[in-house]
Amino acid sequence: MSATPASRPRVGLFATCLMNVFRPNVGFAAVKLLEEAGCVVEVPDAQTCCGQPGFNSGDYDSARALARQVIAAFEGYDYVVGPSGSCMATIRHDYPTLLAEDPEWKARADRLAAKSHELLSFLHDVLGAKIPEGVRFAHSATYHDSCSGLRSLGIKGQPRALLAQVDGLALREMADTEVCCGFGGTFCVKYPEISTKMVDDKIRNALDTGAEVVLGGDLGCLMNIAGRLRRINAPMRVFHTAEVLAGMASGPGIAGDGKEID
Amino acid sequence: MEIRSREFPKRAVFAIHDANLQQALDRARDGFIGTRAARAAELPEFEQLREEAKNLKNHILENLDFYLEKYEAAVTAAGGHVHWARDAAEARRIILDICKRREARTVCKGKSMISEEIGLNEALIDNGMEVVETDLGEYIIQLAGEPPSHIIAPAVHKTKKQITELFAHSHNRPPKDTVPDLVNEAREVLRGKFFAADIGITGGNFLIAETGSSLIVTNEGNGDLTQTLGKVHIVTTSIEKVVPTLDDVTLLLRLLARSATGQETESYTTLSTGPRRPGDLDGPEEYHVVLVDNGRSKMLAGRFREMLRCIRCGACMNHCPVYGSVGGHAYGWVYPGPMGSVLTPLIKGLDNAYDLPNACTLNGRCGSVCPVKIPLPDLLRELRHLQHQREISPPRQRHALKLWRFAATRPRLYRLGERIAARALALVGKHHRIHSLPLAGGWTDTRDLPAPAGKTFIDQWKARRGQK
Repeated sequence: MSATPASRPRVGLFATCLMNVFRPNVGFAAVKLLEEAGCVVEVPDAQTCCGQPGFNSGDYDSARALARQVIAAFEGYDYVVGPSGSCMATIRHDYPTLLAEDPEWKARADRLAAKSHELLSFLHDVLGAKIPEGVRFAHSATYHDSCSGLRSLGIKGQPRALLAQVDGLALREMADTEVCCGFGGTFCVKYPEISTKMVDDKIRNALDTGAEVVLGGDLGCLMNIAGRLRRINAPMRVFHTAEVLAGMASGPGIAGDGKEID
Repeated sequence: MEIRSREFPKRAVFAIHDANLQQALDRARDGFIGTRAARAAELPEFEQLREEAKNLKNHILENLDFYLEKYEAAVTAAGGHVHWARDAAEARRIILDICKRREARTVCKGKSMISEEIGLNEALIDNGMEVVETDLGEYIIQLAGEPPSHIIAPAVHKTKKQITELFAHSHNRPPKDTVPDLVNEAREVLRGKFFAADIGITGGNFLIAETGSSLIVTNEGNGDLTQTLGKVHIVTTSIEKVVPTLDDVTLLLRLLARSATGQETESYTTLSTGPRRPGDLDGPEEYHVVLVDNGRSKMLAGRFREMLRCIRCGACMNHCPVYGSVGGHAYGWVYPGPMGSVLTPLIKGLDNAYDLPNACTLNGRCGSVCPVKIPLPDLLRELRHLQHQREISPPRQRHALKLWRFAATRPRLYRLGERIAARALALVGKHHRIHSLPLAGGWTDTRDLPAPAGKTFIDQWKARRGQK
């Protein structure tokens, strides 16, 4: 049974910077999942970045400017949904703090925060959605819990519950799945040796499961993990969870499949 | 102790390639994290205790002057002396004066991070005294001539093999291979020192305002010997350690042991109140407390007040993947890990420790285990904010941020930039990845960069759905 048009929620898709440039497939997977779940999806043109790079670098003024821009671009929607725990945590938690001194903007930030969600938790917690029928992914996979999603938004069970509906998929939990992969935004290029040590720890745990695929909900982490896997020629593919749930993980994984010969 | 936090990037890389250190860090991490989780899981009220502890500490900090004066009055009533030290130099001078007046030659010490903070050992040694650290970990690093690398496990960076070699060399005895043999050897050597000590100096985990007691927790009992056998007991501690009542302190003790070592309680919880009283079988003739401020009043008055809730359990560093990768010495001063990355810039200056608040992924695991719920990632970000405001951050970073802001607040320009990036990176990519990229060595030296498909999501979306 499909919802009537009048009751279909209008969702503004937050197209994260990394998704927009590096992995558009994640955006289309998000659109497919949201539309199948009965939403009307739009991609507001006035959006750019959530402002987190500025915020986490201590440039609060710039982050504030971006926060106002996002609020203005998205406040007309029923919901704001993005395929990233990290960007959505910025909108949900940091905008109200950043704009706390300005009563008008604070109120607008609070209202936007209340209707902003990371994609997988939105599908599971808000819509109670089932994944599209007939989605099959006959591979073993391990799931990396990205830090912002996990600790700021409480995303842990939702992606797993959704993945459990995928035909053929076997989830194998890795040790230390809740430990940071070493991405950390600009951290990974400011302190590359520490970051590499951390992603090596992550990869060792992932490989130890014997799974074929690493899944996660944040492209920053996934690009970091995939980039390191490719560099050490480890035969493990990486996808955003949305790609698998939408049945759109048939192409090459992030940074390729590691089987091509240079 | 001289601050070397500016060398963090260099020392961190060195640490990552130190095989002994990595072995020691792996072992420590496996031990600390599992035991803490097990103890926390045993208490259904653990999360509630964290909340209560946070509220208790907030209440104390709001009334710190009141509780400190109450504490001072209680110590004085019990026959002890309270000394107020504005900074490290004043604290050293107060302690030296006491030691000199008593013509001390040998000083035994229990573990105290404040003592490290104020550089006490060097001061005592420079004045001709023998200083003996009696906590096993502290004893090990004293022999090795190194600073602590962890606030509750100072020698956690050492492997057993290294300690075997160190003891054999320092004690001039045959090498001992087992932990019990090593511990027994240290005990034998230290026993004589305890009896020879003129003065015993300990830290103080908590100060009880209602009774004027100082409280220490140890697992070796060395603190008890240190403070009861010397003729003088000096407690070196800082102003935020005061707690109103004995009831209150039990709340913090329940959290401290579980969060620190994963024990329900430490082996020894020792209260000392004033000097030896008539009829007491042991105890010091004099009892002194040196209350160190050293930047804490300033913290109390500003936006970093929450840091003063810290009860020094070490859980934040045990759970920090950066600390777990580089160890404590990389941080370059007394306090390592997340709590150290907040405290060091605040006590020693923002520009002396630029990297510490920045070398963090803001993953939030430290805050999630902190027994008094200090929002460590928020405080670290706040320090970055101060560094940005005061232009301590690198000019290159500030320029990049300006450029980013200029583009990101102009959606059409930003879109163009993303479009160019997606196309250019797609061109240099091969097999969906990029092996090396000029100016992106921070990424591509050790990782491939995923190559974009060529068109951005938003461009493809518009092409498919038409512009709205």
